Amino acid sequence: MSLTDTSIKTSETALGRDDLAKLVARDIAPGSFVNLGIGQPTLVSNYLTEEQNITLHTENGMLGMGPEAKGDEIDEDLINAGKIPVTELPGASYFHHADSFAMMRGGHLDICVLGAFQVSVTGDLANWHTGAPGAIPAVGGAMDLATGAKDVFVMMTLLTREGASKIVDACTYPVTGVGCVTRVYTDRGVFLTGPEGVTVRETFGCTLEELQELIPVPLKAASA
Amino acid sequence: MLNFVESVQEAVAGIKDGSTVMIGGFGNAGQPFELIDALLECGATELTVVNNNAGQGDQGLALLIKEGRVKKMICSFPRQSDSWHFDAKYKAGQIELELVPQGNLAERIRAAGAGIGGFFTPTGYGTMLAEGKETRFLDGKWQVFETPIHADVALIKALKADGKGNLVYRKTARNFGPIMAAAAKHTIVQVSDIVPTGVLDPENIVTPGIFVNSIVKVAGSGLGTSTTAGKAA
Repeated sequence: MSLTDTSIKTSETALGRDDLAKLVARDIAPGSFVNLGIGQPTLVSNYLTEEQNITLHTENGMLGMGPEAKGDEIDEDLINAGKIPVTELPGASYFHHADSFAMMRGGHLDICVLGAFQVSVTGDLANWHTGAPGAIPAVGGAMDLATGAKDVFVMMTLLTREGASKIVDACTYPVTGVGCVTRVYTDRGVFLTGPEGVTVRETFGCTLEELQELIPVPLKAASA
Repeated sequence: MLNFVESVQEAVAGIKDGSTVMIGGFGNAGQPFELIDALLECGATELTVVNNNAGQGDQGLALLIKEGRVKKMICSFPRQSDSWHFDAKYKAGQIELELVPQGNLAERIRAAGAGIGGFFTPTGYGTMLAEGKETRFLDGKWQVFETPIHADVALIKALKADGKGNLVYRKTARNFGPIMAAAAKHTIVQVSDIVPTGVLDPENIVTPGIFVNSIVKVAGSGLGTSTTAGKAA
């Protein structure tokens, strides 16, 4: 496929956060065990269908997490990793922290969806620390998720506020994991990353050629 | 040796200056607020505290930090919207921080309780948090050597204890309780209820009493509606 091939353009406009969440939700295989990171990835849960039969993991110690708790449902002993009160679904289970992280670290979790500052061509992830002098670092479970899940999906805007690409040749922010990201969902396109470099699965509101102008690494269309 | 004590003050009375203290809880869920308040009251200082966070708001661990009792925090996620007491101490250079990926924190605590001298894990490989640590290529992956975290004392919260010190927890308040109970030389538990031995179903015991040393009943503790537990952060 040539660089100018436009057959992978699947939307006339860039995708909003909800449309992107919808797309990620659609791509999750039925029956998967999934961990959704704090922030934008949480939106994905709004679009998972009952037929998909997805089990959500929250690393503070629960499988079978339900939607955010409202009103009388709020229970301070039942929170998610973002410390938001949540609900439990039938078939839920609770476990201690070492078991919970064994689910990630032992490769039992099918997919985790994370936000990112940067992703490199070979799938290095930077999402935990800006490295700014004086910044108080906090890592939480980011490194365990990045390293342990079978598939690591990143959801982010393609460009920073200043217009720089977050898909980079090599991360300039401190990395969270090396070669761990398998797929990057952005408002302008979906990218597959790995040892072979970056391929583009689809583009939104731009052609592959236009996308290439925004990203400082060589892109090619993914073979269908 | 298992003791049932009458008050949280009595429960923490033996904690000495310079101790390493594990404190259960993830955010406010499972945080043993009443035991932490008693620790603050008893005056022990120069403490190394192991917790997932570094205190929220103006209660519990946050107050212990504010009062300058904590020399060092070992945790995974200190910076939060309401971690102002830790932030201030850190920026003033008045508290040491050992930042540990959350899964390493849990596994290092578990290792201590299980008598494991260390382990290799892929988590953190190639990152700042693995700098200076031994690495090996094992099972097709680069892995980093991590050591156990032991403690003198653990303060945890459970829902119920029986006369043998067996514990059950409630929902996600379980979090670090079971592994900290095993990792500390002396484990102090606050529970909302003490039930007669034999009442808890042996199949459902989460922490067997062998890991528990002191139990104190705190009314209303561990029911998810504790009045001291503020809003979730």
